[in-house]
Amino acid sequence: MHDHHATVEAVFRAEAGRIIAGLIRVSHSFDLAEEAMQDAFAAAIVSWEAGGVPDNPGAWITAAARRKLIDYARREQTRRHNEDQLLYESLCRSSAIDEEMSRPFPDDRLSLIFTCCHPAINMQAQVALTLRTLGGLTTSEIARAFLLPEPTLAQRLVRAQRKIQQARIPYQVPDAGSLPERLSAVQAVLYLIFNEGYSASSGDSLVRRELCAEAIRLARTLVELMPENPESMALLALMLLHDSRRDARSSEDGQLVALEEQDRSLWHQEQIAEGIHLVERALGRRSVGPYQLQAAIAACHAEARTAGETDWKQIAALYALLNASQPSAIVSLNHAVAVAMSETLERGLALIDELGSSGELDSYHLYHAARADLLRRMGRHREALASYHRGLALTTNAVELRYLRRRMSELDS
Amino acid sequence: MRYMMLIYSQENEAATAEEMGVVAATHKAVMEEARDHGVFRAADPLEDSSAATTVRIQNGRVLVTDGPFAETKEQLAGYYILDCQDLDEALAWAEKIPTACAGAPGCIEVRPIREFL
Repeated sequence: MHDHHATVEAVFRAEAGRIIAGLIRVSHSFDLAEEAMQDAFAAAIVSWEAGGVPDNPGAWITAAARRKLIDYARREQTRRHNEDQLLYESLCRSSAIDEEMSRPFPDDRLSLIFTCCHPAINMQAQVALTLRTLGGLTTSEIARAFLLPEPTLAQRLVRAQRKIQQARIPYQVPDAGSLPERLSAVQAVLYLIFNEGYSASSGDSLVRRELCAEAIRLARTLVELMPENPESMALLALMLLHDSRRDARSSEDGQLVALEEQDRSLWHQEQIAEGIHLVERALGRRSVGPYQLQAAIAACHAEARTAGETDWKQIAALYALLNASQPSAIVSLNHAVAVAMSETLERGLALIDELGSSGELDSYHLYHAARADLLRRMGRHREALASYHRGLALTTNAVELRYLRRRMSELDS
Repeated sequence: MRYMMLIYSQENEAATAEEMGVVAATHKAVMEEARDHGVFRAADPLEDSSAATTVRIQNGRVLVTDGPFAETKEQLAGYYILDCQDLDEALAWAEKIPTACAGAPGCIEVRPIREFL
């Protein structure tokens, strides 16, 4: 008997995203779709126990859930007269279930990703909705990951689902005209999920790791569904390359370990290999974009067996390209550091000071930390200490605070 | 589903007749295109908010005040009602509707109309 439970659970893990996407498409309701899917899985445990597991369990669940949807519509119809007549009719029309079962199991996840990441929904809600619907995370897991009270997150989800219904946000892949823009919105949501999990800020580290894994899984799905897009490939690569360093980037007592000081034998080589392969494939499409440049930079770091072997010249060139396509102070800062490492420290410091002269970066702790770092390398310890102080005053992140304090105490001694 | 497109613009007396002419011609073209696609239901421009009067019921009494309900930089300047398949189609139409007035940018708020069956 426990075998069937295990089978049902495996089907759930593998197929829930696809199944819910299909149900949402036909019912136009997240709530009903979810209720129907849960009922269908409960029914599967009983039915498969008696009659064996069907050949296509995903299609079986979909068909069973659709029957549930028709039941709900009938129930609602008697309760509220004609309001759900349309839903009922459209369900009945599309419910030639036997025929449905014999057709290939459709994949509606791509349409649903575009719905969940629609710019008409606020960004935080896009993230929550994507994780809840396509990632299969529970509301309480998402709330914990984002350090929010569960009712706040639940409310956010309800509002987003209501907006999708009321404003009729479609379940479809956008037309060619708006596809590039909308696809980059999807990529941004997935990257944000990853960064939330990867960033060193406080929170349950297990949940954070799960967010990274989920972001990678979703990015993988996106690549699988739209295999021709180089930026999606590069996004997946970027996540894999960062994630490969997860065991090396913090010490056992929770201290942040800088890239330079990491034990590279802890890096996950299979993720690095896959990441590099994806970057190469993406760059082969000859349509460079920001994720490809960032992934290429991450690949440069991943390929260096020791910190000293890092190809900083290449990294500096890549940051220069990134800055040309998406200029930002932070990219300029990284470019300056790469120049310091590949040319001379003085030249890097000059670039950093030039950046600082605009004042824009004055309240950014990493600006002061980077400046301090160069001064330390140049042996100008007093000035380095002063810059570390300024960075310290601007940081609230406990892990980064500890890192800066350690650097300062090293200079003091 | 019918969507109402609310046009918010900065009221600008400095707009020249020529500029107003360009805006009017663009509106006309959008309305014609919407008619050709069978989505057009209605569209009208509004007089400036200086012509607005706001009526409130306060403590059971009618209170009439001069001006719009909120003094904001951008004011409701007109509306369209278009019957679209979904929000994406509505947003594509909204993009075409001019909102700027004499160089000052404006925006369109797209709201689904609540339908009672």
